[in-house]
Amino acid sequence: MLMTEIKDILSASRELGWVLEPEAKRVCSLAGLTVPRFTWATGVDEAVRFAQGIGYPVVAKVVSPHVLHKSDVGGVVVGIESDEKLGEAFHRFSQLNGFAGMLVEETLSGVELIAGAKVDYQFGPVILLGMGGTGVEIYRDITMRMAPLKEKDVESMVRRLKAHQLLEGYRGSEPVNLKELTRMLVAFSDLVMEIEGLIESIDLNPVLCSSRRCVIADARIMLITENAPNVPGIPK
Amino acid sequence: MDLQPLFEPRTMAVIGVSLSNDRHPANVIYYKNHLRYPVKVFPVNPRGGVLQGERVFAHISEIPEKVDLAVIAVRAEYVPGILSDCIQSGVGSAAVISGGFAESGRADLQDRIVAIAREADFPFVGPNCLGIYSPTHMDTFFLPSERMVRPDPGNVALVSQSGGILVDQMIKFAEEGVGLSRAVSIGNKALIEELDFLNYFAQDTGTKVIAFYVEGFGQREGRDFVLAASQCPKPVIVLKAGKSSGGSRAVSSHTASLAGDYETFSAVFSQYDGVVEAKNEFEMVTFCESLSCYQRSIEGKVGIVTGSGGHGALAVDVCSEHGLSVPPLPEKAQNEIRKNLSSSVQTIASLGNPTDLTGSAVDDDFVFTTSYLSRRPEIDCIIVLLLPYLPGITSDLGARLSQVYYQEGKPLVAYVPHVEKYRMLIEGFELSRIPVSPSIEGAVLLAEAMRRAKPC
Repeated sequence: MLMTEIKDILSASRELGWVLEPEAKRVCSLAGLTVPRFTWATGVDEAVRFAQGIGYPVVAKVVSPHVLHKSDVGGVVVGIESDEKLGEAFHRFSQLNGFAGMLVEETLSGVELIAGAKVDYQFGPVILLGMGGTGVEIYRDITMRMAPLKEKDVESMVRRLKAHQLLEGYRGSEPVNLKELTRMLVAFSDLVMEIEGLIESIDLNPVLCSSRRCVIADARIMLITENAPNVPGIPK
Repeated sequence: MDLQPLFEPRTMAVIGVSLSNDRHPANVIYYKNHLRYPVKVFPVNPRGGVLQGERVFAHISEIPEKVDLAVIAVRAEYVPGILSDCIQSGVGSAAVISGGFAESGRADLQDRIVAIAREADFPFVGPNCLGIYSPTHMDTFFLPSERMVRPDPGNVALVSQSGGILVDQMIKFAEEGVGLSRAVSIGNKALIEELDFLNYFAQDTGTKVIAFYVEGFGQREGRDFVLAASQCPKPVIVLKAGKSSGGSRAVSSHTASLAGDYETFSAVFSQYDGVVEAKNEFEMVTFCESLSCYQRSIEGKVGIVTGSGGHGALAVDVCSEHGLSVPPLPEKAQNEIRKNLSSSVQTIASLGNPTDLTGSAVDDDFVFTTSYLSRRPEIDCIIVLLLPYLPGITSDLGARLSQVYYQEGKPLVAYVPHVEKYRMLIEGFELSRIPVSPSIEGAVLLAEAMRRAKPC
């Protein structure tokens, strides 16, 4: 049963307070969401073999229970074109606190969105959709709904974004696949309804949406913890 | 739980009247009901005695009739005992005016009265509240009658977590001619909360619009409330306080940071048709005014009739800000209107929508244009911006334009500056239940309320 495996992963991460990215992606994948082809490599050879298999360029990210915000510590390298560069990334990451391997994944393209979830005190689980990437809190182009979402809810969420034209094909760019986006958000909302008792919030950011598919490039699952979450790098 | 005795008691006990201090809240409540309302009132104080010639009962059980509502205004620590006495004596409901519960660190005392009431299925409002204002029946507000501003009896029910905001909204209702069916100050809402009043007023035949001032919902109660409101056959308007986020709480995810309390509240309320968030007090009273007159929904295709180009232009700005459209009128329709205008404005009026009839227009020009626009399919609401100081306009115009609504059936709202000398013009509208705003922006909000209300 998929949900059992999902809940097992979440329970195992409870002490940490959040779920390591490769496992968060596994959760997404079990819930029927599309994730990039990836491997969680603990050695350079393993990383290189995988990269050669899927073809360069690839993305490499550090996996460490001490690193929640990867880009803040230089833990993300995109556009890696060769075995050497991949090896360099591995060696650099291995110096980082709590190094537990390296995530290697295919390079994605498309419009950057954020899909988020929060279990709100007053309203219970809510789903957020917005323009994503690292600037998400600067542009704040977002819309929210109470979960569970129906297909028609997603349509109206997309319409409420200021940048909705970018999704619908703006000045010659290809429109994103709204059907895939809808499928993804409804599946995400279903997942959230199943695990709402365990989570505090989830960021799928960015989700890269193209005319073909919507792929979750990064996933952060924050769990309910008995004590204050064990979150490094948060300004006090 | 039967809330009826809270709103329509035939008999009422005021527990806690003072024999020595006539300004005591309980005394104010006793006197105003005794002197000015049809409800039969009994004062209660354990010492008994006589208050202004009336017997003071030493105990609730001594009152010779069944008591529908007990108003409790005693020190918090006495409330649990008194509540039990009320239940034992077969009282129908209570309003606990007293403070000194969860709001001042005595959650335990509050939990006790809730437990007592729950066990007996006994409804009480409060504690720490003003209680109930039921026009023409009774009121439990400890404010002397002559100090309060009372709106006309009408069809809007107001439910407020804050007593002060409630009394203030009543002043604004009175100013804008919005009628009130009931007002409830729910204070700590220990037992009966927003959702219970929503369900009660949804069934109440005297109420057509239900408005709430909310500071915060309990855990998951916002979800239950908004789902119930979306099913309610009557428009529900909510004003939320606490829009700025509570300081710089460190949050670990973008979503947790973006989905703050108010952002979530506002987003969730916009998710459902028929649940209208008022952003501020002005929107609150304006939406109540509009929906108390029109319980219907429009797409928001506005026809604007005015005697001033500037008024029309400002109204168009506000319309576009709120997502209302002002569809242009085809040439042929413009010619049709022009033919029927008085000769002095025929050549100078600009009729593209907004229709600017100019400062030379007379009553007939407004009446004709409004009727004509009312029949146009591309328009589903008319905003008339009236400048009563124009020489061709008389104080009959309010009543005449109201007639247009009753003939054509297309919702009509108006702007008239609210000063005493234009009162007759305003009343011409209001007596016919056509809403009038004191500002151009307000007139647009009157239309906006209908766009956001769900079809009834």
